[in-house]
Amino acid sequence: MEKAVKGALIAAGAAFIFIMLILPLATVIVYAFRQGLETFWQAVSEPYTLKALQLTLLTTVIALIVNTVFGIAASWAITRYHFKGRGLLTTLIDIPFSISPVIAGLTFILVFGRIGWAYPFLQAHDIKIVFAVPGIVLATIFVTFPFVSREMIPLMQSRGTDEEEAAALMGASWFTIYRKITFPHIKWSLLYGIILCTARAMGEFGAVSVVSGHLRGKTNTLPLHVEILFNEFHLTQAFAVSGILVVIAVIVLIVRNIVEYKLEKGDER
Amino acid sequence: MRTTNTRTKNRRTKKTHRGKMFAALLFALSAFAALTGCSSKTAPTDGASSAAPPAEDAAPVSEAIPEGESLPASEAPVAESELKALEITNVSYDPTRELYAAYNEIFAKHWKEKTGQDVTVTQSHGGSGKQARSVLEGNEADVVTLALEQDINELVTGGLIESGWVGEFPKNSAPYTSTIVFLVRKDNPKSIKDWDDIVKPGIEIITPDPKTSGGARWNFLAAWGFALDLYQGDEEKTTQFLKDLYGNVTVLDSGARGSTTTFVENGQGDVLLAWENEAFLSLLEHPDDFEIVTPSISILAQPSVAVVDEVVDKRGTREVAAAYLEFLYSDEAQFLEGQNFYRPSNPDILAGFADTFDLNLKLVNIDDDFGGWTAATAKFFADDAIFDQIYKQ
Repeated sequence: MEKAVKGALIAAGAAFIFIMLILPLATVIVYAFRQGLETFWQAVSEPYTLKALQLTLLTTVIALIVNTVFGIAASWAITRYHFKGRGLLTTLIDIPFSISPVIAGLTFILVFGRIGWAYPFLQAHDIKIVFAVPGIVLATIFVTFPFVSREMIPLMQSRGTDEEEAAALMGASWFTIYRKITFPHIKWSLLYGIILCTARAMGEFGAVSVVSGHLRGKTNTLPLHVEILFNEFHLTQAFAVSGILVVIAVIVLIVRNIVEYKLEKGDER
Repeated sequence: MRTTNTRTKNRRTKKTHRGKMFAALLFALSAFAALTGCSSKTAPTDGASSAAPPAEDAAPVSEAIPEGESLPASEAPVAESELKALEITNVSYDPTRELYAAYNEIFAKHWKEKTGQDVTVTQSHGGSGKQARSVLEGNEADVVTLALEQDINELVTGGLIESGWVGEFPKNSAPYTSTIVFLVRKDNPKSIKDWDDIVKPGIEIITPDPKTSGGARWNFLAAWGFALDLYQGDEEKTTQFLKDLYGNVTVLDSGARGSTTTFVENGQGDVLLAWENEAFLSLLEHPDDFEIVTPSISILAQPSVAVVDEVVDKRGTREVAAAYLEFLYSDEAQFLEGQNFYRPSNPDILAGFADTFDLNLKLVNIDDDFGGWTAATAKFFADDAIFDQIYKQ
């Protein structure tokens, strides 16, 4: 009986993963190469695709740097100090998880857009935020905001502060403490957070779509470019460009698994 | 004692692990380097890209509908030594993608010949109402080429365009027109011939949402025009007719192109209420799968164009923006519009496309039959107006 249940559960899980994940991804690859390697290559080397790839990478790198710095700072502050509003801060960090990205995009429009309250100031200083690259970067930072700190806070909390306190008593400076004690413990979960952040930043559609204005060659990221190609009846090209995203996703997935393996090993010790 | 114990143990394991960890990190880094490597490959073009996108092999000329947009790559180096290259943005509606991709090329050539200056046009497409909204919110368009006069009027209300824009260019600032037709599946399996065939039970209709799509409003008004004629002016029966029609709608996308994709690529529905140009384009892409059915009555759809005063004054691009719209009326551009299945406003050139378009189709029009867009919007599309009443129930 138990064996049957076990078998059924595994079959159900496998079927679900096959239908929901493997099949669609396989379809992307099949469609991408439907008209041969040459069409695929043309699609991915087309100027607008390259521009979109460039913008996506730029956005991802900036979001990554900002959120890593913020994540380290926030997790340090939250787990190593006691202050009023600590719980509130922890909750606030999670906001991007619960808010729809579209709403995030709209709020940027309402603040920095032509009808937004910051617009006169931006206009006076000739700064463009929404419908330009800064808006896309901001939107991406917003949606990937919690990834790094969310990975690190639980780990740092469970480790406690004993070792750091001991080091401090022995006269180590905070930087030495961080470098010698804190960082070696958190590095894999930090990397894990960074990887999740990368994956999300590359694929973000909703928030970016709202603030982009869809100016080709300027404010189109890869996911937006895929939508445009699809809408222009360039089905094969759309899937070819999706293929780039899938390949990146697979690389990220492999790296993620390696890091996860390291994380588990670290816990055992 | 315990601490030193764990410490030495840690150190030992660390040594053996270090190699593996390092390998993993290296892998992650190299993966990232590979990715950024792609970007650095394209990076050198970055500085010049605003003037000329990296287009070593620009769109093949032989193709009917070029994939790349205007890419005046070959002229770029000359321009840099003479005149500063210009850049303007054209925020347009959904189905004009192919038209403006081709038009931007001939305009860039025309402008180059006239002034010796390079001009790059950046395109943006989406549902007409949505696009107007984005311009209102700060998407800096030098020109807008939208589906409806009303969408441009919204920009007048927002203070971006001076009123009186309709008179700024010939033919009420509508360089090309179109109409609404049906796209049905090959051999017309549901034998759809006219508007009263599609309100029958069991017919699945695909049309976009009149709240966000310009094309959808033309669809609505064309159906209204037919039914009002059928019921000899009885608005109650006409409203019921529209209610039946929208009762048959199975997918309501936000833009015309979304609806076309739903019908053509995703195979949903029996009939697509479509822009004539959009229907022809679908036929061009899939000649064996679809047929165009022209109803007995349709509407003269006049997509409007305007210069966005606030933006061109700020950026100093008024001259080129006006020339961009003006050139839409030239013979060369009118012919191109016809080739892209828009009806040219120049009657002589339109006559040359008599084989393509049904020029005898009875067309109602917005000014004579609906009292202009302001009246029509208030009556049909404002909040709680007729469309809302129909769709809510």
